Amino acid sequence: MSGPAAVVYRTGESYAQRDVFGQTLLELVEEDPRVVVLDGDLANSTRSEIVAKARPDRFFMMGIAEQNMAGVAAGMATLGLIPWCVSFACFIANRDLDQLRVVVAQPRLNVKLAGGYSGLLTGKSGKTHQDVSDIATLRAMPNMIVIAPADAVEVAAAMRAANAHDGPVYVRLTRDASPTIFGPDYRFEIGRAVIVREGNDVTIISTGVQTIRALEAADLLAAEGIGAHVLHVPTVKPLDTDAVAAAAQRTGRVVTAEDHTIIGGLGAAVAETLGELAPTPMRRVGIRDTFGESAPNDELLEKYGLTPRHVAEAAKEVLRAGDQERGAASRGRP
Amino acid sequence: MTATDLGEARLRELRQLAIENRRLILRAIHRAKAGHLGGPLSCTDMLIALYFEVLRIDPTRPRWEERDRFVLSKGHSSIALYAAMALRGYLPIDELFTFDAIDSRLQGHPDMTALPGLDMSTGSLGQGLSPGVGMALGARFLGKDFRTWVMVGDGDAQEGQIWEAAMVASRYDLDNLTAILDLNGLQQVGWPTEAGYTARARRPPLDQPRERWEAFGWQVLECDGHEIGAFIGACEEARRIRGRPGVIIAHTVKGKGISFMEGEHVWHAKPITDEELAIGLAELDAQEATLAEAVPG
Repeated sequence: MSGPAAVVYRTGESYAQRDVFGQTLLELVEEDPRVVVLDGDLANSTRSEIVAKARPDRFFMMGIAEQNMAGVAAGMATLGLIPWCVSFACFIANRDLDQLRVVVAQPRLNVKLAGGYSGLLTGKSGKTHQDVSDIATLRAMPNMIVIAPADAVEVAAAMRAANAHDGPVYVRLTRDASPTIFGPDYRFEIGRAVIVREGNDVTIISTGVQTIRALEAADLLAAEGIGAHVLHVPTVKPLDTDAVAAAAQRTGRVVTAEDHTIIGGLGAAVAETLGELAPTPMRRVGIRDTFGESAPNDELLEKYGLTPRHVAEAAKEVLRAGDQERGAASRGRP
Repeated sequence: MTATDLGEARLRELRQLAIENRRLILRAIHRAKAGHLGGPLSCTDMLIALYFEVLRIDPTRPRWEERDRFVLSKGHSSIALYAAMALRGYLPIDELFTFDAIDSRLQGHPDMTALPGLDMSTGSLGQGLSPGVGMALGARFLGKDFRTWVMVGDGDAQEGQIWEAAMVASRYDLDNLTAILDLNGLQQVGWPTEAGYTARARRPPLDQPRERWEAFGWQVLECDGHEIGAFIGACEEARRIRGRPGVIIAHTVKGKGISFMEGEHVWHAKPITDEELAIGLAELDAQEATLAEAVPG
């Protein structure tokens, strides 16, 4: 079956990940007869309604019953279908967590999970709808792949890679518009991190939309004569440990950045990796063991410490403290 | 199909198989020194009926795409399912004695990645009906005519997800889906009666099962879950339901077939001693002798 041509997302233009998600989901439905879409009554928010309207034969309304949705997806996957379960991140990673564990991850069934509205920026819906721990929760689950794309190009590419992968994949998505950083020739690969800016003074390792803020932080640092090396990690699990270690060793200073709690998320994954492979002074920028609240996006980013300025400040702090910490680390070695 | 259609000789064979299934359950749990007994014994007659008469299956082709699907939502009754599958030829009988052992294909709760022929992994209660809905919905989407059967426990059906699945199944008019409720009237601990927890009696896990399923849009059939002929008849009737999903409410006795386990919730999960095993096997031998004596002519 030949579907509509894939939409091209222009570098520098802003797109909402959810719009790209809905469009790409329709492209996958048209291209792959195995793809079906299950939705937890949020189709207009998540944009899976694009599929519901264009291909109602491939769209299954599951009602406000996420636990059942995960199980239905598992049952469909046993027949060779590729069900995409669509809901908010907070419901995917929490409401049906045991279902994902028992009937999706344990039997390693070919179910795709799309968690929209992840992180703090959920359109003023507050702490119930802000999932700040979904990466931690699903990263800890055996057999689960966790991907947090940065921009429109990567959302589309990651969804295609997820669809091509045989096994459960969680794709972490955001609600609002953000600029496109990758060009049309960008090639996404599950488990591969990508250097998005070269520098030699400090390394910023980031995931999801926070990479866009990390790049803005690198601009702020450059204005002060500090060269930031930015490694974007779309696949938090499996982590590209070689790339993380190499990026850390390049500058000897690391800052991680994520719209997620620093406990168990990217920062934790990087710390675990560097602790074993390349101990490096580091700072984690993220949500500090707290829930969010309903407020405008810019005020949330400011209050919870996720702005480019916060990332740049953490970089300068680790640069100041780094020599001392490195000395302490090397003295501790045999 | 009724018991009469099936023929008395075949029914006797099935009853004989059910006795053998109970024997295997007792011996495997005795060997494993752990596991469930009450639930496996309550669903044994139905599993024998399903695996020997009802399900469209081929033990030599466990992944046959056109096979009927069976999901044991009450996954803790796994040993009864493994025994029925072994008797049907899915696995060697001797393998039953690896139950719960390291590297065994026979996990404490069914693991579809370990044993071909298991259509879903289950064990965390309340989760089996949803994959059944997915299989039935998927079958319709793919134009396949197999039927999906899900055995639900009455304790199992305390989980809210069962009712999410029941709602969605009737929203989609899934007449290719049949649930079987093993209504054995007990759960692991349960609620006390007015006499308190010290008495044997417990409040049943599920109040008004018929009204519940009907309220969710299901067609309800009822039968004695130990009368193999009646149960097969109910399954055939379930196949004829059109336009909505059907549920067979099977009235059963927890621990059925072993006198000291019947209706005793403590036998939900409990190792069996050498002496208890000997008594249980003797009772099954006696049942077998009675069955043989009943042969006319």
